[in-house]
Amino acid sequence: MLTQQILNGLVSGSVYALFSLGFTLIFGVQKLLNFAHGATFMAGAFIAYYCTINGLPFVMAIGFSMLATGLIAILIDLIAFRALRKRGNAEFPALVSSIGVDLILVSIAQQVSNTQVLNFPFGTFPIQFYDVFGLRISLLQIVILGVVAVLVTALIFYLKKTTFGRQVRAVATNERAAALLGVNAQSVYLQTFFIAGALAGLAGVLIGLLFNSIQFLMGEPYMLRAFVVVVIGGLGSVQGAIIASLMLGVAQSLTVAYLPSGLTDAIIFGLLFLVLLVRPNGLFGDINAVAGGTRQ
Amino acid sequence: MSKLSINDLHVSYGGVHALRGVSLRVEEGEMVALIGSNGAGKSTLLNTLSNVVKRKSGDVSFEGRDTRGMSPYAVSRAGLLHVPEGRQVLSDMSVYENLQVGMIARGKRPTIYSLDYVYELFPVLEERREQIAGTLSGGQQQMLAIGRALMGGPHLLLLDEPSLGLSPIITDQVFDALKKLNAEGLTVLLVEQNAHRAFEATSRAYVLDRGKIAFEGPSAELAGNKAVIDSYLGA
Ligand SMILES: Nc1ncnc2c1ncn2[C@@H]1O[C@H](COP(=O)(O)OP(=O)(O)OP(=O)(O)O)[C@@H](O)[C@H]1O
Ligand SMILES: [Mg+2]
Repeated sequence: MLTQQILNGLVSGSVYALFSLGFTLIFGVQKLLNFAHGATFMAGAFIAYYCTINGLPFVMAIGFSMLATGLIAILIDLIAFRALRKRGNAEFPALVSSIGVDLILVSIAQQVSNTQVLNFPFGTFPIQFYDVFGLRISLLQIVILGVVAVLVTALIFYLKKTTFGRQVRAVATNERAAALLGVNAQSVYLQTFFIAGALAGLAGVLIGLLFNSIQFLMGEPYMLRAFVVVVIGGLGSVQGAIIASLMLGVAQSLTVAYLPSGLTDAIIFGLLFLVLLVRPNGLFGDINAVAGGTRQ
Repeated sequence: MSKLSINDLHVSYGGVHALRGVSLRVEEGEMVALIGSNGAGKSTLLNTLSNVVKRKSGDVSFEGRDTRGMSPYAVSRAGLLHVPEGRQVLSDMSVYENLQVGMIARGKRPTIYSLDYVYELFPVLEERREQIAGTLSGGQQQMLAIGRALMGGPHLLLLDEPSLGLSPIITDQVFDALKKLNAEGLTVLLVEQNAHRAFEATSRAYVLDRGKIAFEGPSAELAGNKAVIDSYLGA
């Protein structure tokens, strides 16, 4: 039924949001595409998995995994981006070097997992269903919606209302002017990478739970979706990314339910082209951009 | 000890030797003008003081402290605030947010200019505090850029062509504000192409010509110097 599909779509869409926000944040601040974001997501699921099977309580496993993926993202910045940033015109080289990091992380995961699909042990998360207005919703779905809503709200609050958030937006808007105002762009980069990595890691864990499957290539379809989300939402726009993620989740869930399988990606990209025809800058590209737009 | 002293500064961009041995000083409480025509190296000098541009050689001392090797953000946190050419407001952010970002440079140093002070100096900023900075007029953006630097607790304010593109009336307002700030004790190094205005507002001045100081002295004297008049004050 339709509302059930929409609900399911909103749940996956909210995880897309978690994943895409970090990607769009890095793009907003650095104007660089971090192709290793998908591998960071995958690493999140892997780390939580290995923590869990080694006996760590699940909540702690998640916390540890977010910390670790935050640090991985910082490492990606230091290894793949930092040197390139200094020389200017870094877009293309940075894309290539982040693809390199992505490949390294994916091969490590492939080795570690022996190319197997992994699952969280049974009972990692309680399986419970509730009937709400005729909709069937699992405890996991409720938790996902709740956690994502809280984190997204916190992120927006952080960017809009805190001194650090203002520094992030200042660097995104005009790095040189920000430096003249006393903003340390290096520390802004490190912090945005950490946040982006931790959110991606959490998204990986949630997706691993939701589909009960963790494997070394799991980041790739999400990377593709993040591109779509960022383009539809407007480059660098936080609200745009959230709304586009939810739209994408719902569209995907509906096409899977009502159309022949295999059409999903065609429909999603059809949607992308449609939006771009009507609004070349994306839905929010020129209205607002919490994380700062691409305009100067 | 001078507020700012520059000794034999050389800067080049690739092959372009933009500053060729500039020496200059600004004393506590002074407002000093630096004038010169297009491409003379005025912005290069200010950018070098902020360490946005790397010097080739020479010494810069700000409040007795050698600024060599400091990051641009560290220079502004030390109280050397630079209002850059073209204002460079944070165009996506509101007027109020721009002023808030301005406070970052102050860090834990005591407040010198409060938000209320800035609003009183430039009432239009208070009227438009929620407006997105990129949609302000040029004059309003200049006021915002100055106000933002004041929030950073400047011990020395560098201004790069504040009158650029402004109508005479708005230029008057901006210069009146600068004179008031200086009268209250702020030390200012003012870069201008508009030599009339700069001489009138300052006590001492330097004239930069193709990367070298060509003249220096009391502003009133330079304004009466025939060579300066011919080159910079001609109609
Ligand atoms: N980033 C740069 N790369 C190469 N050359 C530069 C750069 N910036 C300035 N120059 C050159 O250095 C010289 C000094 O330029 P600068 O911008 O400092 O002059 P200015 O006095 O500020 O001029 P204006 O009044 O036009 O602002 C000029 O010859 C200019 O072309
Ligand atoms: Mg200039």
